[in-house]
Amino acid sequence: MNQRKLRVGVLALQGAVREHLKALEKCGVEAVAVKSNDQLELVDGLIIPGGESTTIRRLLDTSGMVANLIRFAQAGKPVFGTCAGLILMAKTLVSGETHNLGLMNIKVQRNSFGRQVDSFETELDIKGVTGSFNAVFIRAPHIVEVGDGVEVLSKYDDRIVMVREKHLLGCSFHPELTDDNSITEYFISMIKESQAAS
Amino acid sequence: MNERKVGTDKVKRGMAEMQKGGVIMDVVNAEQARIAEAAGAVAVMALERVPSDIRKAGGVARMADPRIIEEVMAAVSIPVMAKARIGHISEARVLEAMGVDYIDESEVLTPADDEFHLLKSDYTVPFVCGCRDLGEAARRIGEGAAMLRTKGEPGTGNIVEAVRHMRKVNSQIRKICSMSIDELMVEAKNLGAPYEILLEIKNLGRLPVVNFAAGGVATPADAALMMELGADGVFVGSGIFKSENPEKFARAIVQATTHYQDYKLIAEISKGIGTPMHGIEMSGLAESDRMQERGI
Repeated sequence: MNQRKLRVGVLALQGAVREHLKALEKCGVEAVAVKSNDQLELVDGLIIPGGESTTIRRLLDTSGMVANLIRFAQAGKPVFGTCAGLILMAKTLVSGETHNLGLMNIKVQRNSFGRQVDSFETELDIKGVTGSFNAVFIRAPHIVEVGDGVEVLSKYDDRIVMVREKHLLGCSFHPELTDDNSITEYFISMIKESQAAS
Repeated sequence: MNERKVGTDKVKRGMAEMQKGGVIMDVVNAEQARIAEAAGAVAVMALERVPSDIRKAGGVARMADPRIIEEVMAAVSIPVMAKARIGHISEARVLEAMGVDYIDESEVLTPADDEFHLLKSDYTVPFVCGCRDLGEAARRIGEGAAMLRTKGEPGTGNIVEAVRHMRKVNSQIRKICSMSIDELMVEAKNLGAPYEILLEIKNLGRLPVVNFAAGGVATPADAALMMELGADGVFVGSGIFKSENPEKFARAIVQATTHYQDYKLIAEISKGIGTPMHGIEMSGLAESDRMQERGI
């Protein structure tokens, strides 16, 4: 039996790292900023935060973390991507840009709700989490297609904005920008499930 | 479908939160914008001239030609910012209508209004403003700025003013946090700051918006220094495209900003990246040429 506190990492190369760390701490787990492969080894699950996906992707390259992150996910450790994180986890992008991780069987379109003046907040119904979540969409992507084994958790305006594929979770919006920790708690329960299964 | 609310504080401030730990680079055309994006910039600032050239050119510096901004917006997928003159309502509305992602109400341009800033809460597009101390920071937040940056001294390649401004703001925040609430109103009077904003700062233990470093960042070590001093990210104006090898320089500054305490790495990436921009010593700068005194 694993007696120590659950340890959840937030990829800390660029973006809204602090908010995710704070949400994790509020949920009672140990939160770790992950900037290197050594730190990645220490965590039970990982959040890839919102930020600029092109920047994070470049920094993943220069930090030599791509292969390790893919192995981390393949080993069954849960990964949760928000906004830029979702883009990095997708198998394909509509723009055809090259991507690094390709963890989830989904196709994603970047900036699909428009530029910053079109960024918005709204209330979302999220399956298995909550009937009303204050979701903040910032130059947000959306999921155009899902493959086998991918469950759609939420849609907005007929666009898929949150999905789960086994131990992998992704959303278009920024749960870290609100005080509602229900999605973070949901991800922590996914980590507990993965540990119980292994 | 639930209502879609645009231009809220959460949406505007949140956009800046997503830029944290990143580098925003000044560019004057599509080619530079693509170099910046490929190097890992989190956003680009579309300008007609970088600050050091604005200094050289003299005269009145205005909003960039919309053609340049359009060209940059078409060239990259990362956010595009643009500068409006302080208090120039129409330049700001034009930039908003063009769909730029962020407006910098900037002292780098010649102020249009020497008394009043824009009422930034009135706009859907978010704004970033410069500050040298907590009074300026709180006034700009009060007007609706969703992001702050140090003023530093733009176009000098000299980090000393940005350091001074970052230290000043952060030490004033620490003071607010250690004060008792009954002392806060007088502090608001002394700083010329809205009381409610100071109260918010006290409750949060930090500014309610991100605060980047700007105005003098010229090397990877400069970027790392500003992160060390508590900056949320870095603006590099003239520093990149006035250096000898902009591509390498841009990549190195991006890496140094993320890994700002990894000194071996900073040594490695700083090797042979060419000469940084030529700098200006503050004592060599006439009072009238100091941009930081504009719009306070």
